Amino acid sequence: MKVLTGNDLKTGDVVWWTGSEWSRHVDDAVDAGERAEEILAAEEAARRVNVPYIIEATREDDGKVRPAHIKDRIRALGPTVRPDLTLKPQSPEAIDWVI
Amino acid sequence: MYKYDNYDQQMVDARVEEFRDQARRRLEGKLSEDQFKPLRLMNGLYLQLHAYMLRVAIPYGTLNSEQMTALANIADKYDRGYGHFTTRQNLQYNWIKLEDAADILADLAKVEMHAIQTSGNCIRNISSDHFAGATHDELVDPRPYAELLRQWSSFHPEFTYLPRKFKIAVIASEKDRAAMRLHDIGIQIVEQNGELGARFFVGGGMGRTPMIAPMIRDFVPLDQLITYAEACLRVYNRYGRRDNKYKARIKILVHEIGKDEYTRQVEEEFKHLLDQGIEPPREELERIKPFFADPAFEDGPKTVDRSDPDFALWIDRNTHRHKHDSYVSAVISLKPVGGIPGDATGEQMRLMAQLAKQYSFDELRIMHTQNVVLPHVKIADLHDLWTELDAAGLGSPNMDSIEDMIACPGLDYCSLANARSIPLAQRISERFDASGKTGKLGELKLKISGCINACGHHHAGHIGILGVDKKGKENYQLSLGGSEAEDVSLAKITGPGFDEDGVIEAVEKVTDVYLDQREGEERFLDTYRRIGMAPFKEALYD
Repeated sequence: MKVLTGNDLKTGDVVWWTGSEWSRHVDDAVDAGERAEEILAAEEAARRVNVPYIIEATREDDGKVRPAHIKDRIRALGPTVRPDLTLKPQSPEAIDWVI
Repeated sequence: MYKYDNYDQQMVDARVEEFRDQARRRLEGKLSEDQFKPLRLMNGLYLQLHAYMLRVAIPYGTLNSEQMTALANIADKYDRGYGHFTTRQNLQYNWIKLEDAADILADLAKVEMHAIQTSGNCIRNISSDHFAGATHDELVDPRPYAELLRQWSSFHPEFTYLPRKFKIAVIASEKDRAAMRLHDIGIQIVEQNGELGARFFVGGGMGRTPMIAPMIRDFVPLDQLITYAEACLRVYNRYGRRDNKYKARIKILVHEIGKDEYTRQVEEEFKHLLDQGIEPPREELERIKPFFADPAFEDGPKTVDRSDPDFALWIDRNTHRHKHDSYVSAVISLKPVGGIPGDATGEQMRLMAQLAKQYSFDELRIMHTQNVVLPHVKIADLHDLWTELDAAGLGSPNMDSIEDMIACPGLDYCSLANARSIPLAQRISERFDASGKTGKLGELKLKISGCINACGHHHAGHIGILGVDKKGKENYQLSLGGSEAEDVSLAKITGPGFDEDGVIEAVEKVTDVYLDQREGEERFLDTYRRIGMAPFKEALYD
């Protein structure tokens, strides 16, 4: 699937395109499909998100979205060396998902 | 240490307000990211993987307790309770909001700090010896000259848009503790016939094309220091490769046209500039010097009670001989076993500030090895200091050991990185601490970079590790034999790379070769230089 991601203009938070807005949670991401470039252009013009770009990802059997590249998986979760600062501070094992 | 005059303060305050307006326009959507990016970068504000990152300049690594406390307060108020000390003696915050950036800069300005020229193709923070003004082996304190260079290079209209970033280091001893020859310009203050002058090395650097700077002038009179630096920059600015980012650093220019031709052009420009009278008046240097005058040292005990073995170990490893025999410089390690190299919490920063006030004439230094120095500690106070540091997790006795590694933020934070650096550092320190080999290995400088840009100085590591992306997987190249000290050399790659587990095993194997082959008091580097790469390769790949 083609997923749009970027960093929120105000906070810098990593965000993912949900089809209508931006979410901090990668599992909210939708497949932008053939409209990816069009949405990207519109969102760049809207200037809410910094340098949005398209990545490859897969939706797994449990419905979770897994970016293809480790860099985007780290972006999706947070720094692997600070589990307490990730989006899943109560689940240190979430780091395994990144690697 | 140096105190801003009205001009310095006005310059910094004006920049804060200018940036506040730029950030407001960006937040209101009146500026695009393409328009805003160069403006934020001029103020040290990057966009990294998880958030904006702010890099704060700490000129030549020197700061006082009030400044360190301000850095701690910013970490707690605007970030997530910590900061990261870098290999350029700076501090980075990893979780900054654009909405807060101008307020942070305003808070910094109140304590005579800023983030100007910590990014972009300009002259960056001037670095120096972290023991400057304290060490027993220096000719003079190099920091007044570093400060003069800081003033010259700040907002220099001609050098704001150089072909590429530009880094300068200044030292004043034969011992090089600032990786001086791996800078675009390395300056060593020297003495010749009773007169002080500057030795210029130009065209060094790490990154994707590491080079050791050749000496182009063995003596520049100090009243021509700025003029000569200006000549070096002018020739670079004129001929540096603006057409190719990867060939734009001055090291490429010096290499391509040759040291002799580059030097010839610098000398010609220098001669021309001497007539222009651009050198700051001597009075300015004389105004600067008293800010770096020695504090009021007092005679006291010259030895310590070594009956506590942990304390004795810390003394042996983490203190440096001072120019006054009743004092030492004490290194506060930011490398606890399993910790993140260079990270300090707000609480730890406040403690270091308080200890500096209590024990070190209100002064601290940041090391390019991502540690902190209290430069002037009475030998009589060492046990009390160590006790407080140890209680706060800041007493690791590991300076210059394999556990005192440099590691860049790597793929955990950095948008340029290809692989993570910090987990390697954590696992290596845990492994060597658990095995008890750290002490046996003695001085062993391990440096880890998460990409070819080499922020982790891997080219200069006795053991260097470079993270690369191999078909979407993290992979690590091992190199041996580098040094950033006075015996400067560039490390050589051992061979094919390793995965994360593999490279940690590989580090263990090369240290085993060293322990097996070393003679006498040889360091790892000495043994490598004597026996060459072959025995290490054999252990790694056969």
